[in-house]
Amino acid sequence: MVTLFLVAAAVAIVSTFLVITHLDAVHALLYLVISLLSVALIFYLLGAPFVAALEVIIYAGAIMVLFIFVVMVLNLGPLTREEENRWLKPGMWFGPVILSGILAIELVYVLAGSGPSSPVPSAVGSKEVSRSLFGPYLIAVELASILLMAGLIGAYHIGREWKGKNQ
Amino acid sequence: MISQIPAEYALVLAAILFALGLAGLLVRRNILFILISIEIMLNAAGLAFVAAGHRWAQPDGQVMFLLILATAGAEVSVGLALVLQLYKQFHTLDIDAASSMKG
Repeated sequence: MVTLFLVAAAVAIVSTFLVITHLDAVHALLYLVISLLSVALIFYLLGAPFVAALEVIIYAGAIMVLFIFVVMVLNLGPLTREEENRWLKPGMWFGPVILSGILAIELVYVLAGSGPSSPVPSAVGSKEVSRSLFGPYLIAVELASILLMAGLIGAYHIGREWKGKNQ
Repeated sequence: MISQIPAEYALVLAAILFALGLAGLLVRRNILFILISIEIMLNAAGLAFVAAGHRWAQPDGQVMFLLILATAGAEVSVGLALVLQLYKQFHTLDIDAASSMKG
C-alpha cells in the first residue's frame, strides 16, 4: 500500500509541476485534473473514501468545468480556429494519457483483490463524517452556506455587464 | 498500528504540492494560472488535514476538507468573474495591466 501511495504521489507531483510550467491554459487544466485525481486516490488510500469521491466530483468535476468554461469564453476571437488546431494535436495527449494510465492501473490493482484488500483498514466512512459534520460542526456548515451565498452574489455582481455611467 | 501509510509521507507530499502552488503563484503573471495555483495550494492544505485525520482515525480532518471545498468553490466563482471582467476591460489576462487603481 505504501508503494501505491508513492506512485500516486509521484504522479501528483509531476502533473502539478507540469501545470505551473505549461503555457497553454487548457493543457495546464488537463494536467491539473490528473493531479486532483491522483490526490483523490491518495485520499482513498488514507482511509477517506467519502472525501475521495467528493474530490473527484467537485474539484475535478465542477471547479475544473468552471475553469474550462471561462477559458472557452475568453477565446472567442478570430484566433479560435487555429488555437483549436493547436490544442487538438495528437501529440499533446501523450503526457496526460500516460499519467492517467498509471492511475487507472493502480485503481484496477486496488479493486481486483490481488492487491491490498479494498476496504482500507481504519477507514473513516461517510457515516462518521456526517455525524460529526451535523453535530459539533453544525455552525461551520451554516457559515459555509453563508459563504457560498456571498460568493454567488459576488460573482453575479462582478460578472454582470456594466452599462450606463461607467462607460 | 493505526495506519499503514506513515503520516509523514502524506505531510511531505502536501508540503511539496503547496510549495509548487506557491511557486506558480509567484512566477506566473497570467491571472488564470494564478487562480489555478491557488486551487493547488488549497488542495494541498486539504491533503494535510485529511492526513492528520487519518493519523488519529478521527473524522475532523475530513470535515475540515469539506469546509475547504466550500471555500474553494466560493473563491473560484468570484475569481473567475474577476477574470472575465479583467479581460473585458483590458483585453488581456496580464495581471500587471490592473496594477493601478482608479481615483
